[in-house]
Amino acid sequence: MEQRKRKTRLQETVHQFRKNKTGMFGVGLLAFIVLLSLSAPILAPHDPYDASLDRRLLPGIWSDESPDGFFLLGTDSQGRDLFSRILYGGRTTLGIGFVALGIALAIGISLGLTAGYFGGYVDDIIMRFVDIMFAFPALLLALVIAGTLGRGIDKAMIAIGITYSPQMVRVVRSGVLMIKEMEYIESQEAIGSSHFRILFRHIMPNSLAPIIVYGTLMLATAILDAAALGFLGVGAQVPSPEWGLTLSASRQYLLTGAWWAATFPGVAILISVISLNLVGDGLRDALDPRLKGGAKL
Amino acid sequence: MKRYIAKRLAMLIIVLIGVSMITFVLVRMAPGDPAVNLAGQHANEQVLESIREKYHLNDPLYTQYVIWAKMVLQGDLGTSIASHDSVFSEIMDRLPMTLELSIFSMTIAIAVGVLAGIVSAVRQYSKLDYSVMFGALFGVSMPVFWLGIMMIYIFSIKLGLTPVQGRIETGIYINKITGMYILDSILTLNWPAFASSVRHLILPSLALATIPMATIARMTRSSMLEVLRQDYIRTERAKGLSERAVIYKHAIKNALIPVVTVIGMNIGVLMGGAVLTETIFTLPGLGKYIYEAIMAYDYPVVQGFTLFFATAFVLINLATDILYAYIDPRIRYD
Repeated sequence: MEQRKRKTRLQETVHQFRKNKTGMFGVGLLAFIVLLSLSAPILAPHDPYDASLDRRLLPGIWSDESPDGFFLLGTDSQGRDLFSRILYGGRTTLGIGFVALGIALAIGISLGLTAGYFGGYVDDIIMRFVDIMFAFPALLLALVIAGTLGRGIDKAMIAIGITYSPQMVRVVRSGVLMIKEMEYIESQEAIGSSHFRILFRHIMPNSLAPIIVYGTLMLATAILDAAALGFLGVGAQVPSPEWGLTLSASRQYLLTGAWWAATFPGVAILISVISLNLVGDGLRDALDPRLKGGAKL
Repeated sequence: MKRYIAKRLAMLIIVLIGVSMITFVLVRMAPGDPAVNLAGQHANEQVLESIREKYHLNDPLYTQYVIWAKMVLQGDLGTSIASHDSVFSEIMDRLPMTLELSIFSMTIAIAVGVLAGIVSAVRQYSKLDYSVMFGALFGVSMPVFWLGIMMIYIFSIKLGLTPVQGRIETGIYINKITGMYILDSILTLNWPAFASSVRHLILPSLALATIPMATIARMTRSSMLEVLRQDYIRTERAKGLSERAVIYKHAIKNALIPVVTVIGMNIGVLMGGAVLTETIFTLPGLGKYIYEAIMAYDYPVVQGFTLFFATAFVLINLATDILYAYIDPRIRYD
């Protein structure tokens, strides 16, 4: 009866998403930011660590006092080129976000699949644990974990990754529960396919769509948290060009009128997170048009 | 409903035990000698010994947990390394400040968010709708610490409209009753103190309100759009009821139900935001307290605070859920 080739939920979502203009704009913006960060070594006009006190807090090209050395966005309190630092900082800040998301995905997918597929007491135990983890507000938990483990980029990644995994477990589990009841899974069970085969060949690919949607939205907040941890001094450490840390180091110079050093890293964070939210919102609308306009998980 | 509440309370106990275990393990996992972690780097051998004895640090981990849990149940959350004061009383001292900031922020967030969401939905696809949604996108993407700093730069440093930091101008006397300065100044009819504390609280509250405001606006809009499509709304319109009456008398009431959950979920966001906001605006609340404790490796404070806060958070969430079930009888309790 059905002539059209059957699409998976993911293909359908992507198809819907491509019609979404703001979503596609988000993709472009995100690609642009990622590309800029990745090509920092080629694009950066200066060494991001090259400090020199006699060119500290120089304004950028908007000012008449801007020097000839070409400091597009000016210099920071150590005389380092702000533009170069922001390019390099993107690698750190976005990198922490991506790795943290990777950790959350690894924990979330393995626990979520297990809980959803096997059900029963396994599900009960995992979900009670998830409930417990939800008792800690995200940023606070990340701060406490990072504070306990010690400071640094790797600790920030782990802290944010752990903090976001319970959410991912719930997303994965609900996706699995939806698919598990379908006939084709039942038929797989009937012909004696192994649990492993059913899980990874049949359930996993079909529950990918919500994972990608919520993963994108999660990445947006993970980057905000990465920058916040850097800002608070428990994430990236000096002299890293991480955006939150750069911002926090430049804060006190606002009083002297050097607004640029604290402003631009924040703008970089804001634009990155906006691009991810545009993509995530677009994907979510494509996945479930009923949610259009944005009810968050 | 009673069964639902009973079931939730039973689950609450499990969650709280889990929370206490995680909090307990977290601090024991910290690198270094737990006795030193609990007593501070500068503690002498005698103090360390008394700490070892108090927390039974030479016993197996589960014995340690039971002993610690007993102390916690009696309200003993430990002693701060930095101040040698009880963590519980220090939390209580700082609670009103954070409560005041949170209530102020949440009031702004709910008032502006709900209003913007309703207007946006009623005029779907208008310029106003697009601007609200554009603003909300910025709001959910905003690094709160950056926004706070920019606000200080523009409103305090450049325009001189608001103070840079603190709760109240020095020299203004305030009679502390609740510890919440705005409330206290109203209770004592102390208008200079009232004006000063509002002026101090306005920027931090706005910064803290940004994310909840944006999520509430988004949620209100989508929920309102959903309700406006319902049959009963069409019936009201068919009956010839004015659009105004349809919206204000019938739609809003139902559209706001899911917003309650969003408000509940935002309490956690608010607490994370409070750490940043209080640090930036130098407000002596719980956020600044936990931040300083983490930076100083004051483990008893970190442990006590985390436990206290997670418990409060779980209770607030439970209250929102029960409230939600109460105002929307369609919710199934199992």
